[in-house]
Amino acid sequence: MLPALFPYKLLPYGFRRKYRPQRFIPKQKDLRSSYDVVIIGGGGHALACAYYLARNHGITDVCILEKGYLAGGNTARNTAIIRSNYLTPEGVRFYEQSLKLYRDLSQEFDFNILYSERGHFTLAHTDAAVRTSRWRAEVNKQLGVNSELIFPDEIHRLCPHLNMSDKVRYPILGALYHPPGSIARHDAVAWGYARGATAMGAEVHQQTPVTGIIIENGTVKGVETPRGKVYANKVMQAVAGSTSLVAKMAGFRLPIRTIPLQACVSVPLKPFLDQIIVSGSLHVYVSQSSRGELVMGGSTDPYGLYSTRSTLDFKEGLLGHMLELLPMLGEVKILRQWAGMADMTPDFSPVMGLTPVRNYYIDSGWGTWGFKATPVCGMTMAHTIANDTPHDLIKPFYLDRFVEYAQVGEKGAASVGH
Amino acid sequence: MKIMNCPLNGPRNISEFAWGGEVKPMPDPGSLDDRAWGDWLFLENNEAGVVREWWCHVPTSFWFIAERNTVTDEIVKTYPASDIFKERVNFAPPSKTSGTEKK
Repeated sequence: MLPALFPYKLLPYGFRRKYRPQRFIPKQKDLRSSYDVVIIGGGGHALACAYYLARNHGITDVCILEKGYLAGGNTARNTAIIRSNYLTPEGVRFYEQSLKLYRDLSQEFDFNILYSERGHFTLAHTDAAVRTSRWRAEVNKQLGVNSELIFPDEIHRLCPHLNMSDKVRYPILGALYHPPGSIARHDAVAWGYARGATAMGAEVHQQTPVTGIIIENGTVKGVETPRGKVYANKVMQAVAGSTSLVAKMAGFRLPIRTIPLQACVSVPLKPFLDQIIVSGSLHVYVSQSSRGELVMGGSTDPYGLYSTRSTLDFKEGLLGHMLELLPMLGEVKILRQWAGMADMTPDFSPVMGLTPVRNYYIDSGWGTWGFKATPVCGMTMAHTIANDTPHDLIKPFYLDRFVEYAQVGEKGAASVGH
Repeated sequence: MKIMNCPLNGPRNISEFAWGGEVKPMPDPGSLDDRAWGDWLFLENNEAGVVREWWCHVPTSFWFIAERNTVTDEIVKTYPASDIFKERVNFAPPSKTSGTEKK
Protein backbone atom coordinates (compact mmCIF):
# COMPACT_ATOMS: atom_id res chain seq x y z
CA MET A 1 0.00 0.00 0.00
CA LEU A 2 2.79 2.38 0.87
CA PRO A 3 4.52 2.12 -2.53
CA ALA A 4 1.37 3.35 -4.34
CA LEU A 5 1.01 6.37 -2.09
CA PHE A 6 4.66 7.14 -1.94
CA PRO A 7 4.99 9.61 -4.87
CA TYR A 8 1.96 11.62 -3.64
CA LYS A 9 3.44 11.97 -0.20
CA LEU A 10 6.34 13.85 -1.77
CA LEU A 11 3.98 16.26 -3.54
CA PRO A 12 3.45 18.74 -0.66
CA TYR A 13 7.17 19.42 -0.54
CA GLY A 14 6.98 20.79 -4.05
CA PHE A 15 4.65 23.60 -2.88
CA ARG A 16 6.64 24.67 0.14
CA ARG A 17 8.84 27.71 -0.20
CA LYS A 18 11.52 26.11 1.93
CA TYR A 19 12.01 23.28 -0.57
CA ARG A 20 12.14 25.33 -3.79
CA PRO A 21 14.72 23.92 -6.19
CA GLN A 22 17.91 25.95 -6.36
CA ARG A 23 19.18 27.05 -9.77
CA PHE A 24 22.70 25.82 -10.38
CA ILE A 25 23.67 28.89 -12.37
CA PRO A 26 21.61 32.11 -12.46
CA LYS A 27 18.97 32.69 -15.10
CA GLN A 28 20.34 34.30 -18.26
CA LYS A 29 20.18 38.11 -18.05
CA ASP A 30 19.81 40.66 -20.86
CA LEU A 31 23.06 41.06 -22.74
CA ARG A 32 24.60 44.41 -21.79
CA SER A 33 26.44 46.56 -24.33
CA SER A 34 29.75 46.51 -22.48
CA TYR A 35 31.78 44.41 -20.08
CA ASP A 36 35.29 44.51 -18.75
CA VAL A 37 36.16 41.12 -20.28
CA VAL A 38 34.34 39.11 -22.95
CA ILE A 39 35.17 35.42 -23.32
CA ILE A 40 34.19 33.78 -26.60
CA GLY A 41 33.22 30.17 -25.96
CA GLY A 42 31.46 28.54 -23.03
CA GLY A 43 33.44 25.36 -22.50
CA GLY A 44 35.56 24.20 -19.60
CA HIS A 45 38.57 26.41 -20.40
CA ALA A 46 36.44 29.55 -20.80
CA LEU A 47 34.50 28.91 -17.60
CA ALA A 48 37.68 28.15 -15.68
CA CYS A 49 39.19 31.41 -16.97
CA ALA A 50 36.13 33.39 -15.79
CA TYR A 51 36.38 31.65 -12.42
CA TYR A 52 40.07 32.45 -11.87
CA LEU A 53 39.62 36.01 -13.19
CA ALA A 54 37.18 36.55 -10.34
CA ARG A 55 38.91 34.47 -7.68
CA ASN A 56 42.56 35.38 -8.28
CA HIS A 57 42.32 38.83 -9.85
CA GLY A 58 39.02 40.32 -8.65
CA ILE A 59 37.77 40.80 -12.23
CA THR A 60 34.07 39.96 -12.08
CA ASP A 61 32.55 42.02 -14.91
CA VAL A 62 32.96 39.11 -17.30
CA CYS A 63 30.64 37.94 -20.07
CA ILE A 64 30.86 34.42 -21.52
CA LEU A 65 29.35 34.11 -25.01
CA GLU A 66 28.53 30.55 -26.05
CA LYS A 67 27.27 29.65 -29.52
CA GLY A 68 25.47 26.49 -28.41
CA TYR A 69 24.98 25.42 -24.84
CA LEU A 70 27.23 25.40 -21.79
CA ALA A 71 30.13 22.94 -22.10
CA GLY A 72 28.48 21.21 -25.08
CA GLY A 73 31.53 21.07 -27.33
CA ASN A 74 34.77 19.28 -26.64
CA THR A 75 34.27 19.59 -22.87
CA ALA A 76 31.43 17.09 -23.30
CA ARG A 77 33.24 14.94 -25.86
CA ASN A 78 36.61 14.10 -24.35
CA THR A 79 37.47 10.89 -22.59
CA ALA A 80 38.16 12.61 -19.26
CA ILE A 81 41.73 11.41 -18.69
CA ILE A 82 44.04 13.54 -16.54
CA ARG A 83 47.80 12.99 -16.39
CA SER A 84 51.07 14.90 -16.43
CA ASN A 85 53.62 12.39 -17.78
CA TYR A 86 54.56 14.45 -20.81
CA LEU A 87 57.84 14.53 -22.69
CA THR A 88 59.10 18.13 -22.67
CA PRO A 89 59.90 19.94 -19.40
CA GLU A 90 57.60 22.78 -20.53
CA GLY A 91 54.73 20.34 -21.00
CA VAL A 92 55.35 18.39 -17.79
CA ARG A 93 55.44 21.55 -15.62
CA PHE A 94 52.25 22.85 -17.18
CA TYR A 95 50.19 19.66 -16.93
CA GLU A 96 51.51 18.89 -13.44
CA GLN A 97 50.13 22.23 -12.25
CA SER A 98 46.80 21.24 -13.79
CA LEU A 99 46.81 17.92 -11.93
CA LYS A 100 47.47 19.71 -8.65
CA LEU A 101 44.53 22.05 -9.24
CA TYR A 102 42.30 19.13 -10.22
CA ARG A 103 42.94 17.30 -6.96
CA ASP A 104 41.43 20.14 -4.94
CA LEU A 105 38.54 21.02 -7.22
CA SER A 106 35.78 18.98 -5.53
CA GLN A 107 36.70 20.60 -2.23
CA GLU A 108 36.97 24.05 -3.72
CA PHE A 109 33.64 23.80 -5.60
CA ASP A 110 31.88 21.99 -2.73
CA PHE A 111 30.67 19.82 -5.59
CA ASN A 112 31.85 16.35 -6.48
CA ILE A 113 33.67 16.17 -9.81
CA LEU A 114 34.20 12.41 -9.26
CA TYR A 115 37.98 12.79 -9.46
CA SER A 116 39.34 9.26 -9.34
CA GLU A 117 43.04 8.28 -9.32
CA ARG A 118 43.46 5.14 -11.39
CA GLY A 119 47.05 4.78 -12.51
CA HIS A 120 47.89 5.40 -16.14
CA PHE A 121 49.72 2.86 -18.34
CA THR A 122 51.22 3.86 -21.68
CA LEU A 123 52.05 0.51 -23.26
CA ALA A 124 55.15 0.10 -25.39
CA HIS A 125 55.16 -2.53 -28.14
CA THR A 126 58.44 -1.68 -29.83
CA ASP A 127 62.00 -0.97 -28.71
CA ALA A 128 61.56 2.61 -29.88
CA ALA A 129 58.48 3.01 -27.69
CA VAL A 130 60.33 1.52 -24.69
CA ARG A 131 63.09 4.06 -25.25
CA THR A 132 60.60 6.97 -25.40
CA SER A 133 58.96 5.65 -22.21
CA ARG A 134 62.35 5.67 -20.47
CA TRP A 135 62.97 9.20 -21.72
CA ARG A 136 59.58 10.39 -20.48
CA ALA A 137 60.03 8.65 -17.11
CA GLU A 138 63.38 10.37 -16.56
CA VAL A 139 62.07 13.84 -17.55
CA ASN A 140 59.03 13.28 -15.32
CA LYS A 141 61.06 12.18 -12.30
CA GLN A 142 63.41 15.12 -12.69
CA LEU A 143 60.40 17.42 -12.36
CA GLY A 144 58.90 15.55 -9.40
CA VAL A 145 56.22 13.67 -11.34
CA ASN A 146 55.55 10.10 -10.28
CA SER A 147 56.32 8.10 -13.40
CA GLU A 148 58.37 4.99 -14.13
CA LEU A 149 59.14 2.45 -16.79
CA ILE A 150 57.89 -1.05 -15.91
CA PHE A 151 58.17 -4.41 -17.63
CA PRO A 152 55.74 -7.27 -18.42
CA ASP A 153 55.85 -9.08 -15.03
CA GLU A 154 55.07 -5.84 -13.20
CA ILE A 155 52.40 -4.87 -15.77
CA HIS A 156 50.73 -8.25 -15.31
CA ARG A 157 50.79 -7.90 -11.53
CA LEU A 158 49.20 -4.42 -11.61
CA CYS A 159 46.74 -5.06 -14.41
CA PRO A 160 46.00 -8.81 -14.72
CA HIS A 161 43.38 -8.31 -17.45
CA LEU A 162 45.83 -7.31 -20.12
CA ASN A 163 46.77 -9.90 -22.70
CA MET A 164 50.52 -10.33 -22.13
CA SER A 165 50.87 -13.08 -24.73
CA ASP A 166 53.73 -12.78 -27.20
CA LYS A 167 51.57 -14.56 -29.83
CA VAL A 168 49.94 -11.31 -30.96
CA ARG A 169 50.81 -8.78 -33.64
CA TYR A 170 52.16 -6.26 -31.11
CA PRO A 171 53.27 -7.95 -27.84
CA ILE A 172 53.58 -5.69 -24.79
CA LEU A 173 57.27 -5.06 -24.05
CA GLY A 174 56.94 -2.46 -21.31
CA ALA A 175 54.88 0.44 -20.06
CA LEU A 176 55.27 3.95 -18.72
CA TYR A 177 53.43 3.74 -15.42
CA HIS A 178 52.04 7.00 -14.02
CA PRO A 179 50.21 6.28 -10.72
CA PRO A 180 48.57 9.76 -10.43
CA GLY A 181 46.79 9.33 -13.79
CA SER A 182 43.10 10.01 -13.14
CA ILE A 183 39.67 10.43 -14.63
CA ALA A 184 36.97 12.91 -13.60
CA ARG A 185 33.40 13.71 -14.53
CA HIS A 186 34.02 16.20 -17.35
CA ASP A 187 30.61 17.91 -17.22
CA ALA A 188 30.94 18.40 -13.48
CA VAL A 189 34.23 20.24 -13.98
CA ALA A 190 32.52 22.73 -16.30
CA TRP A 191 29.46 23.04 -14.05
CA GLY A 192 31.61 23.63 -10.99
CA TYR A 193 33.53 26.41 -12.72
CA ALA A 194 30.29 27.89 -14.12
CA ARG A 195 28.66 27.95 -10.70
CA GLY A 196 31.74 29.46 -9.08
CA ALA A 197 32.23 32.10 -11.78
CA THR A 198 28.58 33.18 -11.90
CA ALA A 199 28.36 33.30 -8.11
CA MET A 200 31.20 35.84 -8.19
CA GLY A 201 29.49 37.95 -10.89
CA ALA A 202 30.31 36.54 -14.34
CA GLU A 203 27.45 36.19 -16.84
CA VAL A 204 26.95 33.18 -19.09
CA HIS A 205 25.05 33.83 -22.34
CA GLN A 206 24.19 30.66 -24.24
CA GLN A 207 22.82 30.51 -27.80
CA THR A 208 24.84 33.67 -28.52
CA PRO A 209 27.36 33.20 -31.35
CA VAL A 210 30.00 35.82 -32.03
CA THR A 211 29.60 36.93 -35.66
CA GLY A 212 32.30 39.60 -35.83
CA ILE A 213 35.12 41.14 -33.85
CA ILE A 214 35.38 44.92 -33.55
CA ILE A 215 38.98 46.05 -33.95
CA GLU A 216 40.19 49.69 -34.11
CA ASN A 217 43.84 50.55 -34.75
CA GLY A 218 44.95 47.02 -33.98
CA THR A 219 43.18 46.96 -30.61
CA VAL A 220 40.08 44.90 -29.92
CA LYS A 221 37.05 46.95 -28.86
CA GLY A 222 34.36 44.30 -28.64
CA VAL A 223 32.40 41.68 -30.53
CA GLU A 224 29.26 41.51 -32.65
CA THR A 225 26.46 39.08 -31.89
CA PRO A 226 22.90 38.61 -33.21
CA ARG A 227 21.80 40.11 -29.86
CA GLY A 228 23.77 43.29 -30.49
CA LYS A 229 27.28 44.63 -30.17
CA VAL A 230 29.16 43.96 -26.95
CA TYR A 231 32.08 46.26 -26.13
CA ALA A 232 34.89 45.10 -23.89
CA ASN A 233 38.31 46.18 -22.69
CA LYS A 234 39.65 42.69 -23.24
CA VAL A 235 38.49 39.70 -25.26
CA MET A 236 39.59 36.07 -25.11
CA GLN A 237 38.69 33.23 -27.43
CA ALA A 238 38.56 29.65 -26.18
CA VAL A 239 36.59 27.88 -28.89
CA ALA A 240 38.16 24.49 -29.57
CA GLY A 241 37.20 23.20 -32.98
CA SER A 242 36.21 26.62 -34.36
CA THR A 243 39.47 28.33 -33.37
CA SER A 244 40.63 29.20 -36.89
CA LEU A 245 37.21 30.56 -37.88
CA VAL A 246 37.02 32.92 -34.89
CA ALA A 247 40.68 33.96 -35.28
CA LYS A 248 39.94 34.74 -38.93
CA MET A 249 37.33 37.28 -37.78
CA ALA A 250 40.09 38.85 -35.68
CA GLY A 251 42.33 38.87 -38.75
CA PHE A 252 45.07 36.35 -38.04
CA ARG A 253 45.90 32.76 -38.97
CA LEU A 254 47.02 29.90 -36.75
CA PRO A 255 49.12 26.74 -37.15
CA ILE A 256 46.00 24.66 -36.61
CA ARG A 257 44.12 22.05 -38.60
CA THR A 258 40.65 21.03 -37.44
CA ILE A 259 40.47 17.23 -37.40
CA PRO A 260 37.74 15.07 -35.84
CA LEU A 261 38.55 12.80 -32.93
CA GLN A 262 36.14 9.92 -32.42
CA ALA A 263 35.35 7.98 -29.29
CA CYS A 264 32.84 5.44 -28.05
CA VAL A 265 31.65 3.66 -24.91
CA SER A 266 30.62 0.07 -24.28
CA VAL A 267 27.52 -1.05 -22.43
CA PRO A 268 28.03 -0.76 -18.64
CA LEU A 269 30.01 -3.64 -17.14
CA LYS A 270 30.82 -4.59 -13.56
CA PRO A 271 33.84 -2.65 -12.32
CA PHE A 272 36.91 -4.62 -13.37
CA LEU A 273 39.34 -2.17 -14.92
CA ASP A 274 40.83 0.23 -12.38
CA GLN A 275 43.60 1.43 -14.62
CA ILE A 276 43.72 3.72 -17.63
CA ILE A 277 45.34 1.79 -20.50
CA VAL A 278 46.87 3.59 -23.46
CA SER A 279 48.77 2.25 -26.42
CA GLY A 280 50.35 4.66 -28.86
CA SER A 281 51.37 1.93 -31.30
CA LEU A 282 47.88 0.39 -31.36
CA HIS A 283 46.10 3.78 -31.32
CA VAL A 284 43.93 2.74 -28.39
CA TYR A 285 43.06 4.10 -25.02
CA VAL A 286 40.52 2.74 -22.57
CA SER A 287 39.30 3.34 -19.03
CA GLN A 288 36.21 2.29 -17.11
CA SER A 289 33.95 5.15 -16.03
CA SER A 290 32.25 5.33 -12.65
CA ARG A 291 29.05 3.97 -14.20
CA GLY A 292 30.83 0.96 -15.67
CA GLU A 293 31.12 1.93 -19.32
CA LEU A 294 34.42 1.35 -21.02
CA VAL A 295 35.39 4.71 -22.51
CA MET A 296 37.47 4.12 -25.65
CA GLY A 297 39.16 6.24 -28.22
CA GLY A 298 41.99 6.25 -30.68
CA SER A 299 43.87 8.66 -32.87
CA THR A 300 42.36 11.53 -34.82
CA ASP A 301 40.68 10.96 -38.18
CA PRO A 302 42.94 10.62 -41.23
CA TYR A 303 41.85 13.99 -42.67
CA GLY A 304 40.52 17.36 -41.54
CA LEU A 305 36.83 18.11 -41.19
CA TYR A 306 34.47 20.54 -39.44
CA SER A 307 32.09 17.77 -38.52
CA THR A 308 31.33 15.44 -35.64
CA ARG A 309 30.14 12.50 -37.70
CA SER A 310 31.18 8.95 -36.78
CA THR A 311 32.62 6.34 -39.12
CA LEU A 312 32.71 2.55 -39.23
CA ASP A 313 36.39 2.63 -40.22
CA PHE A 314 37.24 4.18 -36.87
CA LYS A 315 35.45 1.50 -34.87
CA GLU A 316 36.84 -1.36 -36.92
CA GLY A 317 40.37 -0.10 -36.42
CA LEU A 318 39.97 0.71 -32.75
CA LEU A 319 38.14 -2.41 -31.66
CA GLY A 320 40.41 -4.78 -33.56
CA HIS A 321 43.31 -3.50 -31.46
CA MET A 322 41.19 -3.40 -28.33
CA LEU A 323 40.47 -7.14 -28.66
CA GLU A 324 44.19 -7.80 -28.89
CA LEU A 325 44.72 -6.08 -25.52
CA LEU A 326 41.54 -7.27 -23.77
CA PRO A 327 40.28 -10.36 -25.64
CA MET A 328 37.47 -11.02 -23.12
CA LEU A 329 35.59 -8.00 -24.51
CA GLY A 330 34.68 -9.98 -27.64
CA GLU A 331 30.96 -10.22 -26.79
CA VAL A 332 30.59 -6.70 -25.39
CA LYS A 333 28.44 -4.25 -27.33
CA ILE A 334 29.10 -0.61 -28.13
CA LEU A 335 26.55 1.71 -26.54
CA ARG A 336 27.36 5.20 -27.86
CA GLN A 337 29.70 6.85 -30.31
CA TRP A 338 30.53 10.48 -30.93
CA ALA A 339 33.22 12.81 -32.18
CA GLY A 340 34.73 16.16 -31.33
CA MET A 341 36.58 18.64 -33.51
CA ALA A 342 40.19 18.82 -32.40
CA ASP A 343 42.59 21.74 -33.05
CA MET A 344 45.71 19.88 -34.14
CA THR A 345 49.01 21.80 -34.02
CA PRO A 346 52.21 20.63 -35.76
CA ASP A 347 54.10 20.18 -32.46
CA PHE A 348 51.19 18.73 -30.42
CA SER A 349 51.38 21.64 -27.95
CA PRO A 350 48.77 24.36 -27.44
CA VAL A 351 48.80 27.94 -28.72
CA MET A 352 48.13 30.30 -25.83
CA GLY A 353 48.60 33.87 -24.75
CA LEU A 354 48.85 37.15 -26.65
CA THR A 355 47.84 37.60 -30.30
CA PRO A 356 48.67 40.12 -33.05
CA VAL A 357 45.54 42.06 -31.91
CA ARG A 358 46.05 44.12 -28.73
CA ASN A 359 43.95 43.07 -25.74
CA TYR A 360 42.81 39.98 -27.63
CA TYR A 361 43.96 36.71 -26.08
CA ILE A 362 43.82 33.14 -27.28
CA ASP A 363 43.54 29.73 -25.65
CA SER A 364 43.72 27.23 -28.52
CA GLY A 365 45.51 24.33 -30.12
CA TRP A 366 43.91 21.89 -27.68
CA GLY A 367 44.02 19.05 -30.18
CA THR A 368 43.40 15.88 -28.23
CA TRP A 369 44.84 16.96 -24.88
CA GLY A 370 42.59 19.76 -23.65
CA PHE A 371 40.46 18.37 -20.84
CA LYS A 372 43.35 17.58 -18.54
CA ALA A 373 44.54 21.18 -18.90
CA THR A 374 41.21 22.82 -18.02
CA PRO A 375 42.17 24.21 -14.58
CA VAL A 376 45.68 25.35 -15.50
CA CYS A 377 44.43 26.99 -18.71
CA GLY A 378 41.83 28.90 -16.76
CA MET A 379 44.39 29.97 -14.17
CA THR A 380 47.14 30.98 -16.62
CA MET A 381 44.81 32.70 -19.09
CA ALA A 382 43.18 34.67 -16.26
CA HIS A 383 46.68 35.81 -15.22
CA THR A 384 47.50 36.66 -18.84
CA ILE A 385 44.32 38.72 -19.29
CA ALA A 386 44.63 40.50 -15.95
CA ASN A 387 48.29 41.49 -16.46
CA ASP A 388 48.44 41.65 -20.27
CA THR A 389 51.55 39.45 -19.99
CA PRO A 390 51.64 35.68 -20.51
CA HIS A 391 51.88 33.58 -17.38
CA ASP A 392 55.32 31.92 -17.00
CA LEU A 393 53.85 28.44 -17.50
CA ILE A 394 52.41 29.30 -20.93
CA LYS A 395 55.28 31.40 -22.29
CA PRO A 396 56.65 28.43 -24.31
CA PHE A 397 53.26 28.06 -26.03
CA TYR A 398 53.24 31.52 -27.68
CA LEU A 399 51.87 31.81 -31.21
CA ASP A 400 55.05 33.11 -32.86
CA ARG A 401 57.07 30.02 -31.88
CA PHE A 402 56.24 28.56 -35.29
CA VAL A 403 57.77 31.38 -37.31
CA GLU A 404 60.67 31.51 -34.83
CA TYR A 405 61.23 27.73 -34.99
CA ALA A 406 60.87 27.29 -31.22
CA GLN A 407 58.28 24.51 -31.22
CA VAL A 408 57.57 22.44 -28.11
CA GLY A 409 57.63 18.93 -29.59
CA GLU A 410 55.16 16.88 -27.62
CA LYS A 411 54.13 14.31 -30.24
CA GLY A 412 55.78 11.44 -28.41
CA ALA A 413 53.57 12.00 -25.37
CA ALA A 414 50.40 13.60 -26.71
CA SER A 415 49.53 12.06 -30.06
CA VAL A 416 47.43 9.17 -28.79
CA GLY A 417 48.01 8.95 -25.08
CA HIS A 418 45.36 11.31 -23.78
CA MET B 1 33.92 2.71 -46.63
CA LYS B 2 34.16 6.15 -48.19
CA ILE B 3 35.34 6.12 -51.80
CA MET B 4 37.71 8.62 -53.37
CA ASN B 5 38.24 8.83 -57.09
CA CYS B 6 41.96 8.74 -57.85
CA PRO B 7 42.81 10.41 -61.19
CA LEU B 8 45.30 7.59 -61.86
CA ASN B 9 43.67 4.50 -60.30
CA GLY B 10 39.94 5.25 -60.35
CA PRO B 11 37.62 4.84 -57.34
CA ARG B 12 39.42 3.43 -54.29
CA ASN B 13 38.74 3.14 -50.54
CA ILE B 14 39.60 6.34 -48.64
CA SER B 15 41.93 4.31 -46.40
CA GLU B 16 44.32 4.00 -49.35
CA PHE B 17 44.85 7.76 -49.42
CA ALA B 18 46.92 10.16 -47.35
CA TRP B 19 45.84 13.74 -46.72
CA GLY B 20 48.45 16.32 -47.70
CA GLY B 21 46.84 19.59 -46.59
CA GLU B 22 45.74 22.67 -48.45
CA VAL B 23 47.25 23.81 -51.73
CA LYS B 24 49.12 27.03 -51.00
CA PRO B 25 51.23 28.87 -53.56
CA MET B 26 54.85 28.26 -52.57
CA PRO B 27 56.91 31.43 -52.26
CA ASP B 28 60.43 31.50 -53.66
CA PRO B 29 62.54 29.90 -50.92
CA GLY B 30 65.61 31.80 -52.05
CA SER B 31 64.21 35.29 -51.54
CA LEU B 32 62.39 34.71 -48.26
CA ASP B 33 63.37 35.37 -44.65
CA ASP B 34 62.90 32.66 -42.01
CA ARG B 35 59.72 34.16 -40.56
CA ALA B 36 57.98 34.30 -43.94
CA TRP B 37 59.05 30.72 -44.66
CA GLY B 38 57.68 29.57 -41.27
CA ASP B 39 54.47 31.42 -42.02
CA TRP B 40 54.06 29.52 -45.30
CA LEU B 41 55.10 26.23 -43.72
CA PHE B 42 53.01 26.21 -40.53
CA LEU B 43 50.13 28.69 -40.66
CA GLU B 44 46.91 27.31 -42.09
CA ASN B 45 43.80 28.85 -43.58
CA ASN B 46 41.88 25.85 -42.16
CA GLU B 47 38.72 26.83 -44.05
CA ALA B 48 35.24 25.49 -43.39
CA GLY B 49 33.75 24.83 -46.83
CA VAL B 50 35.10 23.70 -50.19
CA VAL B 51 38.90 23.60 -50.12
CA ARG B 52 41.58 22.56 -52.61
CA GLU B 53 44.02 20.04 -51.15
CA TRP B 54 46.90 17.72 -51.89
CA TRP B 55 46.12 14.00 -51.58
CA CYS B 56 48.27 10.95 -52.22
CA HIS B 57 47.22 7.48 -53.32
CA VAL B 58 49.68 5.67 -51.05
CA PRO B 59 50.05 2.28 -52.82
CA THR B 60 51.07 4.04 -56.05
CA SER B 61 52.64 7.17 -54.47
CA PHE B 62 50.54 9.29 -56.81
CA TRP B 63 50.00 12.87 -55.62
CA PHE B 64 46.99 14.75 -56.97
CA ILE B 65 44.54 17.55 -56.15
CA ALA B 66 41.12 17.06 -54.53
CA GLU B 67 38.39 19.62 -53.95
CA ARG B 68 36.55 18.68 -50.82
CA ASN B 69 33.86 20.16 -48.58
CA THR B 70 35.24 20.20 -45.03
CA VAL B 71 31.80 20.72 -43.47
CA THR B 72 29.77 18.02 -45.25
CA ASP B 73 32.65 15.54 -45.83
CA GLU B 74 31.90 15.42 -49.59
CA ILE B 75 34.58 15.04 -52.23
CA VAL B 76 33.63 17.49 -54.97
CA LYS B 77 36.23 16.50 -57.57
CA THR B 78 39.75 15.16 -58.02
CA TYR B 79 42.22 15.86 -60.80
CA PRO B 80 45.94 15.54 -61.56
CA ALA B 81 48.22 18.25 -60.17
CA SER B 82 49.28 19.05 -63.74
CA ASP B 83 45.86 20.69 -64.23
CA ILE B 84 46.91 23.63 -62.04
CA PHE B 85 50.70 23.43 -62.02
CA LYS B 86 51.67 24.19 -65.58
CA GLU B 87 55.31 24.99 -64.99
CA ARG B 88 57.95 22.86 -63.30
CA VAL B 89 59.05 24.21 -59.92
CA ASN B 90 62.80 24.67 -59.73
CA PHE B 91 64.10 23.23 -56.46
CA ALA B 92 67.75 24.00 -57.21
CA PRO B 93 69.52 25.59 -54.24
CA PRO B 94 69.44 29.40 -54.40
CA SER B 95 72.54 31.16 -55.64
CA LYS B 96 74.67 32.73 -52.91
CA THR B 97 73.76 36.29 -53.83
CA SER B 98 69.98 35.79 -53.70
CA GLY B 99 69.86 34.10 -50.26
CA THR B 100 68.85 36.31 -47.31
CA GLU B 101 70.39 34.08 -44.67
CA LYS B 102 73.33 35.75 -42.99
CA LYS B 103 76.42 33.67 -42.69
